[in-house]
Amino acid sequence: MPRVDVPLARLKFAQTQRRDMWWVAPLVVFTILSSFIGYATWAALQNEHYSWGPYLSPFYSPLLFASVGKSWFGKPPGWFPHWMSPAMLILGIPAGFRLTCYYYRGAYYKAFWADPPSCAVGEPRKSYLGERSFPLVIQNVHRYFLYLAIIFIFILGWDVWEAMWWPDASGTRHFGIGLGTLVLALNVGLIASYTLGCHSLRHLVGGWMDRFSGRPVRKAAYDCVSCLNRRHMLFAWCSLFAVMGADLYVRLCSMGVINDWRII
Amino acid sequence: MAMGTFKVWRGDREKGEFREYKTDVSEGMVVLDAVHQIQAESAIDLAARWNCKAGKCGSCSAEINGMPKLMCMTQIADLPPGETVTIEPMKAFPLIRDLVTDVSWNYAVKKTIKKFSPRKPDAPDGTWRMQQEDIERVQEFRKCIECFLCQDVCHVLRDHHQHAEFMGPRFFVYTAALDMQPLDTEERIEHLKGEGGIGFCNITKCCTKVCPEEIKITDNAIIPLKERVVDEFYDPIKKLFRVFGGRR
Repeated sequence: MPRVDVPLARLKFAQTQRRDMWWVAPLVVFTILSSFIGYATWAALQNEHYSWGPYLSPFYSPLLFASVGKSWFGKPPGWFPHWMSPAMLILGIPAGFRLTCYYYRGAYYKAFWADPPSCAVGEPRKSYLGERSFPLVIQNVHRYFLYLAIIFIFILGWDVWEAMWWPDASGTRHFGIGLGTLVLALNVGLIASYTLGCHSLRHLVGGWMDRFSGRPVRKAAYDCVSCLNRRHMLFAWCSLFAVMGADLYVRLCSMGVINDWRII
Repeated sequence: MAMGTFKVWRGDREKGEFREYKTDVSEGMVVLDAVHQIQAESAIDLAARWNCKAGKCGSCSAEINGMPKLMCMTQIADLPPGETVTIEPMKAFPLIRDLVTDVSWNYAVKKTIKKFSPRKPDAPDGTWRMQQEDIERVQEFRKCIECFLCQDVCHVLRDHHQHAEFMGPRFFVYTAALDMQPLDTEERIEHLKGEGGIGFCNITKCCTKVCPEEIKITDNAIIPLKERVVDEFYDPIKKLFRVFGGRR
């Protein structure tokens, strides 16, 4: 690039002429994301109260191993450390998807790293590498997390189906819907809306092409993903609250703190 | 008619300071009107660049109360009432005088981007055929008025002064307009990753926030281009698809 021959003045940290409360948005993001990370870590370490009746907490789904109850591969194998919970085997995938998400990246760079703290506000550091060198170049792996996150939508959808079948004393399952079923369904709906509005998916379904004419399926897919993508921020936050709320609901039912409301 | 107080940056490349001016403000006035009144009443030597006064020429870019804005499109009524309004030049470019900056670096950057290179004409009379659905995406980028507010707010230029390695949001929009053009045949992805420094962008969306034409710079230009860079340089599976299929 051509060089600018006149040295520009360097701004000091938080130096700005802005009069609005520019610090509120990064502070809110910092508080919510920190709380979520804290809660998710705590919930993943508990290794109990993650299921109740036909409900399974989304933090523990897919349930690969479980000492009691149904799981994909039965009881934990001998090599599985006793301090680990099955949630710790799978949470890296949704966490990685959100960590490398284009929307969250912009939000947490501001809130956690002040890079910048907000638009047109001075930064604390002089050096800057951006996402073009290690470690942040790893963010380019986002689309691979997307592939895995799409599989999770089906798994969580299956959990909602399972949450409609209630076992009686003899073990026979009967159709029924509780408030927990709706909580899990809302969760998977919001997670799907967030995942299917991903910028990488928008690119993969058609954004990489320059011509849509004569490709109606591509065009329709691109338009659908673009439609969700316009509300990507909204779904990013709603799905974050939904997954935390769904875990909390199942946990409180399991602990006997609240009673599930059986609708049908 | 009420009296408004304005703190305007006065100075050149060597030194400068805010000076306070008072002038009458009336309904419907924009900041550029106030600057013109200040010029007429109390600072005849105040330098300010402007032209159309309609938000279409992109000349009167400045920082109003700390945010990059067009002076001609900022209504005084939309600013906090009764408070002093600060007006400064853009910080990402060298100052010439008062509110006027030297934005010529941008024109030099534009010359480094490969020009539009159409495929062979579709018809014997030398014309092409395009469908509206193919060109819709690019039309948004053509709204750019080159006010360079997006360049000014981008922290890579504004705070880190990476002018030598980063072309900035305006030229990602320009590159997207060319690269997504259905008739174009040129490859610009390598330039974007290398000389263009698209990897410096960390998606703050500040460029989108200040764009007076409301172009979704980050979502519709920068991120799609970043994804094209991933296709080319970071995704082994996509690379295989490209080898065995077509690129577009």
